Amino acid sequence: MGSAMLHHGGPSDLAPHLLMRCSNRRLPRWLAVPVVLLMILCGATPVAAQDVPAAAEMADRLKACAACHGDEGRTVGDAYYPSIAGKPARYLYNQLVSFRDGRRQHRVMAAMLRTMSDRYLGAIATYYAARPHAKQPAFEGATAEQLAIGERLTVAGDASRNIPPCQDCHGEQLTGVQPSIPGLRGLPTRYLDAQISAWKQGQRQAAAPDCMGKIARSLSGAEITAISAWLASQPYPDNAQPADRLPHEQLPIDCGGVLP
Amino acid sequence: MKLRRALVMGGAILCAFLFSVWLNKPDLDLDPIAPPNLASATTEQVRAGEYLVRVGNCAGCHTAQGGEPFAGGRAIETPFGAVYSSNLTPHDETGLGRWTDAEFYRAMRHGRSKDDRWLSPVFPYTSYTNLTRADSDAIFAWLRALPPVNQAQPESTLRSPYELQLATRVWRALYFRPAKDAEVAAMDRGQYLVEGLGHCAACHTPRDSRGGPIAASAYMGGEIAGLGWDALPLAGIDTTHDPEGLELATLLKTGIHSRGAVAGPMADVVFESLQYLRDDDIAAIVSYLRRLPIAEVPAAPRVPRVSDDERAALRKRGAVVYGEHCAECHGDDGEGQPRQYPALAGSRLVTAVSATNALRLTLEGGFPPSTEGNPYPYGMPPFSHSLPRADIAAVLTYIRSEWGNDAPAVSVVEVERR
Repeated sequence: MGSAMLHHGGPSDLAPHLLMRCSNRRLPRWLAVPVVLLMILCGATPVAAQDVPAAAEMADRLKACAACHGDEGRTVGDAYYPSIAGKPARYLYNQLVSFRDGRRQHRVMAAMLRTMSDRYLGAIATYYAARPHAKQPAFEGATAEQLAIGERLTVAGDASRNIPPCQDCHGEQLTGVQPSIPGLRGLPTRYLDAQISAWKQGQRQAAAPDCMGKIARSLSGAEITAISAWLASQPYPDNAQPADRLPHEQLPIDCGGVLP
Repeated sequence: MKLRRALVMGGAILCAFLFSVWLNKPDLDLDPIAPPNLASATTEQVRAGEYLVRVGNCAGCHTAQGGEPFAGGRAIETPFGAVYSSNLTPHDETGLGRWTDAEFYRAMRHGRSKDDRWLSPVFPYTSYTNLTRADSDAIFAWLRALPPVNQAQPESTLRSPYELQLATRVWRALYFRPAKDAEVAAMDRGQYLVEGLGHCAACHTPRDSRGGPIAASAYMGGEIAGLGWDALPLAGIDTTHDPEGLELATLLKTGIHSRGAVAGPMADVVFESLQYLRDDDIAAIVSYLRRLPIAEVPAAPRVPRVSDDERAALRKRGAVVYGEHCAECHGDDGEGQPRQYPALAGSRLVTAVSATNALRLTLEGGFPPSTEGNPYPYGMPPFSHSLPRADIAAVLTYIRSEWGNDAPAVSVVEVERR
């Protein structure tokens, strides 16, 4: 499934590809290495990535997405539909595949993606990941009790119930971790609530082992609402980016969606 | 008196006996199944089978959304209930593991299972009956090479009496005649693909209330029961703008041509099947489709009537909605943009008597399939949550009657029924 994403690697991905082509055309073997070096020097990009449309053109092709997710994937306010701009590319790709293959349930998304190749899904994920994220105003409707419960569970977790702190996976600032873990900030509280609840009910699934499913099932409905309210209430700096690495060496729990 | 009673009883018993013979007889007009012509599959056969499985789009029904390939379990909706596709992987208990190539050939050609059950005509053996033994064996060889998956076929949810074998037997008597080898041998490549594995008739020939194909309206399109989309007519294709058939070939192979794109279930067919076909096979299909004679036009679906005044009001409002939401892509004159945004002027989809497809596309939006020839297609936004139903009726009425288009108006009630 991940083949589309792999095409966006550096020139080192290119060498075996070219060598294969060369041997097919009976190019003398001694020429292969110099040819590859020459291609790298000339700044050649991987074969499959060459024809991906430029960002401006992608925006035209993806007008259907903008109808709900906003221009360049940014939604603001209390719309249900999440902002997708600036989310980690691999995360977005995994979600697109999940919608297409039924691990995430949404009638409109499934219909939109039904006849999309992995390659197009990869291009869509890459496009939205590179857009600046939305300036989502902080949610102001949370009660003091929700904020207290939400903060405690989010920041400290609950070791007795095997609930790790959110930042152990989603990054120090909860802005996500490249390439597969989404940020939790700048999302509508209704959306967060609906997603964690869907995990609890089994309507949303990730690749096995489904770590978020496991965590969500340990939470009560009120706790999920409190966590969503607290997350949406946090201010979200404009320049926040997904972190490059996890806060600790390892994830506190096994997650299929994050496998290399 | 006694004699009469005995005669009536005897007659009844005789009738019941003859009826049971008729029910259980093999179809008398079928050619005997040839003995297996190959002891074991060759690589060549497996490779040929892979291609043929693409042509027949077996995965379209036999792979469930996100499920194991060819392990079945996908619900096929019909007006009589849902039938679940069977497991084609070589699993001994739940798949084709214990089947022989002869049994597989019989299922394809004659619609009978290994255990002699009459197969539901949801499985389009009315088309697959036009399959050669060699192609059937190749498909079987390829399926045998799949990893076996343990997944039983779910029970159908057909309403009584449609779940009965008797109902299927009666249906067969009315609508199915196995093809003879000589008939299949006489077909050219295009006819063989369209009438056989391609099973185009399954959607493009309209069906009567019993789900049987209406032979008099062959390939004239109509509502695809259970899917909520209409199939466009394949017979009597207008060739004025496409003298060589190249546009149609491009549409089948890539999902778009210079004036339009495939949509709905046909997008799946291009995505899963047609884009993988060799150019010569596409050309053969196009050539055959262009030869299909116009047949009886099937009855149009009943829709609420729209008075002249209502129609004028819808058109007026529609022009405004069109300018605000549609013209940017589809053009002020509905001319579209080649290979990006479909033209609406002169579009077969827009001007079809039934507005079903145009209505669904406007409500739900969608993308043409992403294919080798059109890897990153342009999409249509859904308008179901941003436009009031009255505006959708108005804009549809407008595009169906503007720029030389001449199709019936679309009422607000029709939009609200969706």
